[in-house]
Amino acid sequence: MTRGGRIFALQLAALALAVLLLPLLVGNPYHLNVLNVMALMVIVVTGLNLLIGFAGHISLGHAAFFGLGAYVSAILSATYGLNPWLAMLAAAAAVALLALVIGLPTLRLAGNYLVMATLGGNLIFTTVLLQLDQVTGGPSGFSGIPPLSLFGRAIVDDQSFYWLVWAAALLGLVVARNLAQSRVGRGLRALRDAPAAAAALGVDVARYKTGVFIISALYAGVAGSLHAHYFGIIAPKSFDIFVSVELVTMCLVGGMGSLWGGFLGAAFLTPLPQVLHVFDEYKDIFYGGVLLVLLIYQPHGLAGLWTRLRALRSSETA
Amino acid sequence: MTPAAITGKFPGILYTKYKTGGPWPPGRGGRVSGAEQLSQYLISGLTTGAVYALVALGFCLIYNTTHIVNFAQGDFLSLGGLLLYSLLAGAGLALPLAFSLTVLGAALVGAALERLALRQARSREVTVLIFITVAASVLLRGVFKEIWGKQALAVPSFSPETPLRLLGATFTPQNLWVVGITLAAIAGLGWFFNRTLTGKAMRAVAINPRAAALMGIDVERMLLYSFALAGGLGGVAGMLITPITTASYAVGVVIGLKGFAAAVLGGYGSFVGAVAGGLGLGLLESLGAGLLSSAYKDVIAFVVLLLVLFLRPQGLLGRGEAARV
Repeated sequence: MTRGGRIFALQLAALALAVLLLPLLVGNPYHLNVLNVMALMVIVVTGLNLLIGFAGHISLGHAAFFGLGAYVSAILSATYGLNPWLAMLAAAAAVALLALVIGLPTLRLAGNYLVMATLGGNLIFTTVLLQLDQVTGGPSGFSGIPPLSLFGRAIVDDQSFYWLVWAAALLGLVVARNLAQSRVGRGLRALRDAPAAAAALGVDVARYKTGVFIISALYAGVAGSLHAHYFGIIAPKSFDIFVSVELVTMCLVGGMGSLWGGFLGAAFLTPLPQVLHVFDEYKDIFYGGVLLVLLIYQPHGLAGLWTRLRALRSSETA
Repeated sequence: MTPAAITGKFPGILYTKYKTGGPWPPGRGGRVSGAEQLSQYLISGLTTGAVYALVALGFCLIYNTTHIVNFAQGDFLSLGGLLLYSLLAGAGLALPLAFSLTVLGAALVGAALERLALRQARSREVTVLIFITVAASVLLRGVFKEIWGKQALAVPSFSPETPLRLLGATFTPQNLWVVGITLAAIAGLGWFFNRTLTGKAMRAVAINPRAAALMGIDVERMLLYSFALAGGLGGVAGMLITPITTASYAVGVVIGLKGFAAAVLGGYGSFVGAVAGGLGLGLLESLGAGLLSSAYKDVIAFVVLLLVLFLRPQGLLGRGEAARV
């Protein structure tokens, strides 16, 4: 195992241990709920970070993938009585298809067309949710979504969902790490740093980028399905462009393109509204201000700060 | 302000709740010929399109000098409407004075975005710079919400609302104001970029910043000017539509995005393309809403955006400059 691999394994083990021990400390279902939402965000933001880190593109439409996963899962299982797990699978397929449709035209282009295309896609998605109220329940939302079940047991309470969603989040981190180490991951890194050289060495730029975009969307879609089956009710407001901005904020606060950045950002920002009660009123100012200051002075987020501190310490001891 | 102005006065002008299919204008007893309806859609399309063109021009200005997409462009628009409201209703100023001060205010905010945020950035990566504008946009929206609240604020039309008729279509003088001031702004920009030294220097920076610097042009100053100009243009667009849409802290978000779609449609960075793209998109939207479905009116622009990116990424008027990686 490489040194990097050992470090990752240690970090992952530490997180897994924390996940195992936390329920002993947190008995309050409300706090468990916050932890569950945090895990959902960890999944989405880790996926988003793959896109930013490898393809160098930012998506402002990940809330739509999150929402599409949620709504397809909800409609198939509640309206058509499909098994929730199968509904989740179908939702993932729908998300991948949407990502392909948006990614195929835009990822071939230099510049930041993906940002606007995803943002536009997100706006279309919200409009469709609101307008197709026969199917989606419109602005008041969609309710009566059945929970997932495992070994004949329905995963309804916060505690059992906690195990499921954190297992999924850890799995998501492992998959992201493996992807980064794979041939595709190396090709993509080469691509980000030197596109012309990578293309000359046979990296199929557009295909790799589209692939990463789809994987990144799948993270969001799966998290969306989990969200829907956990809460049992979903509404368009949870999936609009402002949520997309929040997701990107988490990504940037945590550390753009760093494997643990997604985790750090989601873990740091999800509980904030619960901690700061006045927060809701000043949410935009807070998010905008934090993001602005961070982007100007510390563009690599919390993960970058960590690397810098470590570099500082090692230079002192040397 | 009459309630009609709030519930959507024109078919398809920046407003989604208007139900098409019924007679237009309402209360005229029904019967409207197809040709009359068509000219109605054309007029409202041109009005909306003029606003999109102004927004698209703002995007192009900043893109040409900095190669970034300025996500706060739509917020300049909101700011224009809100400032105009405060200066008219709050301070009781006359319209021309309020108009000029608003342009100045929006230009200052644009300049501040460049000077206080973008220029301070430690990183020169385009992604980081673009997201600085996204962050600024979120922050501005939050600040607007604190100052002006969430409610829609009504601003009266620029001149008395006597309905005018042309080719069977009914419209108000505000439509003329929108189109007229947009034309004046475009002419002013043309004069500025072709006839003044500063304008020519800005064009030089857009073409090649290093060569421009070697010629003694203060590149940083030109960047500042382009943001101020984009802010001012956004402010103008915001004031023009406010009597139609009302002012609110987030009114510019969607219009800003549509302005971006218009800029892409015309070949990103081209001024002529921006104007053509804006008008084209406005017409398309108005006709689409009228003839197909008004419920999905806001969607039309983004479907067009995706189609253009897919089929002709250099824009309908562009000359194949959109680099492929």
